[in-house]
Amino acid sequence: MTGAAGWLNPLWQLFLMRLRTFRREPSATFWVFGFPLLMSVVLALAFRNQAGTRLFVAVADGPDRAAVVAALSASDGLGATPMPLAEAREALRRGKVALVVVPDAAPRLLLDPTQPDARTARLLVIDALQRAAGRSDPRTLSEERVTLPGTRYIDFLVPGLLGFGLMSSSIWGLGWAIVQMRMGKLLRRLAATPMRRLDFLLAFAGGRLLLALLEVLFFLGFARLIFDVRVAGNPVTFVLWALAGALTFGGISALVASRAQNSETASGLMNLVTLPMTVVSGVFFSASHFPGWLQPVLRALPLTALIDGLRAISIDGAGLGTLLFPALVLGVWGAGSFVLALRLFRWT
Amino acid sequence: MSELAIEVERLVKRFGDLVAVDGIDLSVPTGTCLGLLGPNGAGKTTTVEILEGLQSATSGTVRVLGRSWEDAPDDIRARIGVTLQETRFHEKLTVEETLTLFRSFYPRGPSVETALAQVALEEKRGARVGTLSGGQKQRLALAVGLVGDPELLFLDEPTTGLDPVSRRGLWTLIEGLKGRGRTVLLTTHYMEEAAVLCDDIVIVDHGKVVARGTPEALVHSLGGEQLIEFVARPPLPPEALERVPGFSALRQRGELVSLSVQALHEALPALLRIADEHRAELVRLSTRAATLDDVFLALTGRTLAEAEQG
Repeated sequence: MTGAAGWLNPLWQLFLMRLRTFRREPSATFWVFGFPLLMSVVLALAFRNQAGTRLFVAVADGPDRAAVVAALSASDGLGATPMPLAEAREALRRGKVALVVVPDAAPRLLLDPTQPDARTARLLVIDALQRAAGRSDPRTLSEERVTLPGTRYIDFLVPGLLGFGLMSSSIWGLGWAIVQMRMGKLLRRLAATPMRRLDFLLAFAGGRLLLALLEVLFFLGFARLIFDVRVAGNPVTFVLWALAGALTFGGISALVASRAQNSETASGLMNLVTLPMTVVSGVFFSASHFPGWLQPVLRALPLTALIDGLRAISIDGAGLGTLLFPALVLGVWGAGSFVLALRLFRWT
Repeated sequence: MSELAIEVERLVKRFGDLVAVDGIDLSVPTGTCLGLLGPNGAGKTTTVEILEGLQSATSGTVRVLGRSWEDAPDDIRARIGVTLQETRFHEKLTVEETLTLFRSFYPRGPSVETALAQVALEEKRGARVGTLSGGQKQRLALAVGLVGDPELLFLDEPTTGLDPVSRRGLWTLIEGLKGRGRTVLLTTHYMEEAAVLCDDIVIVDHGKVVARGTPEALVHSLGGEQLIEFVARPPLPPEALERVPGFSALRQRGELVSLSVQALHEALPALLRIADEHRAELVRLSTRAATLDDVFLALTGRTLAEAEQG
């Protein structure tokens, strides 16, 4: 009678099965650890040193063009290039220049005011031209240049990508494993043993927590080392929040996989769940950019709640006390889908 | 312990309009082996899965090891062993890891080493399941079925794809289980296997039992225990063949005629005389003892090999 003792404990054996099958699947390792890193490096390169960027403007043919170019070039934030008007319009259309100046007694500016760069360039150009024409400023302003941690795009991006990574690895890693086991009739075989159904689910939840913990620590370490991204709040709170998110998506994944009979159905359902949230839940830009009437819906999505919480803790240093609403959202999604998955789950 | 390991009365299973099992009765005494035979779609697998607790019956009563699935599912699961027709165990786990996992679910049973030895897989202990041959996977499935030391073992096509040596090894193993008072329910399409292993045989078709009995009794029920098979050119008229002494049945498949008779030494000379009278040439002529295959053919109109192809 060695049934429940030590290494023969069924929960432990099921947990080992999860870890072994994950560790021996190189592609799974890549999607969980490699892919988010790759994404963050690529995006960080694309959005690097925004602060020091100069805006380029074109100066078309006209009287005193050389003087205009000189005046604009004297400005910190501008780079001026002379070119014929037709070419300048083309450059404006392609976004190569933010604005075109046509020199004249009363110079004309060509720009698209819906472009933020164009609006900035307009202010800089007006300022430069007026100063060159001898405008005197009645008031002296001084400025202090500040680069606070947490204000760079990468500081914003890292929690978003982490939330996205946790969602992907939970939904795909867990759901895919379940559907594979159902397709190979392994679930059916397990259902014919006295295995406790709860042990099975606990082993999956435990495996998910452990992998999520590694994922979070690995990603945080990487972001700190390469981009000097720091968590302003309590790191323990940050990790706990991430784990709660992983469990929530684990429950959603179990629900998605509770009945899918083949990999086509499963991948369709998983894309249906993950893709919309990837777009609207603020992975790459803040979800507050969406119109106000949509906000209640977005706030109720689990990925929005997860990412908002991660950002609040890592950028604003928030504690759990200020995160009650997103915590409620995560809890309802996680518990609700877990209970529903238990009811709907098919072993055959 | 109940004297019957399996009792099934008026078992019915419907899937919408389709009646997969249409009133099957079974009773399997403890310590015996029952062979369940039938073409694909006959209701075999559905019946077995209901007995294994994987499907529920539409109506009828089922008792397994004296208990019902409604009352004591955990007790039954701990006391039965199962091999499904096709289970893909995790390819990335080793043989030993797979067996240890399943062993952990049962309150008692042999050690993993013993289970491996029972199916002669010791040398594959550390191998990943994905690297095993078809026959080795089949033996692993059997070891997984044995790892809880079951009182009742369900084997669904256990020797399909096994080489002859492994098949005989498995037979010895099943004989040993019966010797220890264990009960076996086997589905197979090897008639030889059913004849060797099974105390009783039940043939099902279209969800109903079409014949049951010991292998010998079933063969005997054909009326003749010897078969004469021949091709005659021109064909011989059936009326003439029915005059052969000890005649019991006549079947024709294409050109091939098979004649069931009781005694070869009386029937054969008579057949040759009839061929002479009709100036017919016997192009092929062979004789053999009737087998369960012939029973199956007589009852379902198909050979088992054809039935397996669906």
